[in-house]
Amino acid sequence: MQKSLHLDPNKCTGCLQCEMACAWENHRSFTIAKSRIKVFTFHEPGRFVPYTCTQCDEAWCMMACPTDAIRLDPVTGAKVVLEPSCVGCKVCTIACPFGTINYVSDTGKVQKCDLCVGASGPACEKACPTGAITYVDADWTGLDKMRQWAGKTDTNPATV
Amino acid sequence: MRHLIVGSGPAGVVAAETLRKADPAAEITILCGEGEAPYSRMAIPYLLKGDIPEAGTHLRKEPGHYDRLRIVLVKAQAQSVDTAARTVALSSGSSLPYDRLLIATGSRPSLEKIPGIDLPGVHACWTLADARAILEKAKPGARVVQMGAGFVGCIIMEGLLSRGVDLTILVRSGYMVRRMMNPTASGLLRSWCEAKGVKILTHTQPKGLTSVDGVLQVDLGEGRILPADFYLSAVGVDPNLGFLAGSGIEIRQGIVVDPNQQSSVPGVYAAGDVAESVDCLTGQRGVNAIQPNAVEQGRIAALNMAGRPAAFKGSLVFNVLTTLGLVSSSFGLWEGVPGGESTEVVDPSHWRYLNLQFDGERLVGANSVGFTNHVGALRGLIEGRVKLGVWKARLMQDPTQVMQAYLGAAQKLG
Repeated sequence: MQKSLHLDPNKCTGCLQCEMACAWENHRSFTIAKSRIKVFTFHEPGRFVPYTCTQCDEAWCMMACPTDAIRLDPVTGAKVVLEPSCVGCKVCTIACPFGTINYVSDTGKVQKCDLCVGASGPACEKACPTGAITYVDADWTGLDKMRQWAGKTDTNPATV
Repeated sequence: MRHLIVGSGPAGVVAAETLRKADPAAEITILCGEGEAPYSRMAIPYLLKGDIPEAGTHLRKEPGHYDRLRIVLVKAQAQSVDTAARTVALSSGSSLPYDRLLIATGSRPSLEKIPGIDLPGVHACWTLADARAILEKAKPGARVVQMGAGFVGCIIMEGLLSRGVDLTILVRSGYMVRRMMNPTASGLLRSWCEAKGVKILTHTQPKGLTSVDGVLQVDLGEGRILPADFYLSAVGVDPNLGFLAGSGIEIRQGIVVDPNQQSSVPGVYAAGDVAESVDCLTGQRGVNAIQPNAVEQGRIAALNMAGRPAAFKGSLVFNVLTTLGLVSSSFGLWEGVPGGESTEVVDPSHWRYLNLQFDGERLVGANSVGFTNHVGALRGLIEGRVKLGVWKARLMQDPTQVMQAYLGAAQKLG
């Protein structure tokens, strides 16, 4: 069963533990600017919204990559950046309509959530103290809701 | 079913892979007109910089990838297409039959029409062969005159400068990347390049080229001559369509295709830089020569070729460009629309700029310089035709809140 991150803004307190865990997992640094998951602050309703890649079926980033640097992990369904192949052209960063694959100037490569490929589950989920981030079976996540928008603009998913 | 794909760029390769998934029993052949393994032109600037070896430009990295998918690569150019007999004549003298044909031959450099453009020492920067020639000649101190500061002209600068050449750029119009950037964004790019030691001459184009003792003389008129060890032509590209003369396939700016990517001749499809399709925002027909458009059209064409109806939703004009390390992007109707509104932030001292264009309560275009985080959300908002609601006013006040606007208006999370 493929699993997905379920992000629940109603439980998020904006503590940024997830960003720190992600930055540490991937960069061995607590520089949260390098985190692949971001908590967006909405001042008016006073709300925190954690957001990252939904590993969408359309895989806009993977399709657009001109150097075969983004691959599908068959076990988790994650789209994973292979750093040695990434030339840093950034085409994926404009192709992803969710804004969740981004360029890192230090490395000259792009990065995105890969569900902590190779580790025992996503670091952000383990770090979240309020259950706002959970790692659940893909069918449960309400991911379908997130994907609806993508479906509206594309009736022919990349997975044929 | 015999599927023949003319062209081994991103559109052709994605089409072949999609065909294999959709039609496991089909025969799939790709014609590689340059005689190279399928590669990506987008990677050439990084080859020039020395970041990657040639193999780093290859579209697929896994050994045996094409064999595994039973995709046959034939190194030959298409000479002509006989749509009645359903055959393609090859440069090798033989011909190949097809049941479904995909034309994905991409673009070729336009080259300015001036005397001497065929002299040795004049190069485009488009193919791997061009890149090899440039790498051979781009020695420290070499005088390079480059005509054109569009997308290609800008993206190759870093590779050239990294080799220690003395670079002078001629720009016919008043500003750089004028097909992608508004004057403010373009001005930032220009001052950035000049600060890095690039000489840029606007409103300048050569009258002709001559060669004296192996040194090119670039005649700028009024007695002004620039000596050059080599000359780079980067004035734009045209679709590769010459081999379709007499085929009966309707061509305007490019091959006219329907939403299934099928041309005027049943069974013949087109994708990528050669296809003229409909813009998703304006409804106008045109060629949109960008990588994401090419792969999406290749995929849609392949599904239809395999008998699975699929429709291209229309192309969006967008691009991202890195000029000597400065990242810029453009989306949609960045020039704005009549009666529309716009907002911008500009911070020239930090080389940052963001301009948003609205039509009513929808975002329709954007230009950015120095902003890279979450820029994809601009595509999401524009292509998704998202009604911004309260976010319109918030973006007018602070355009940098693009991701928040996307989450709030498109995902209803804010």
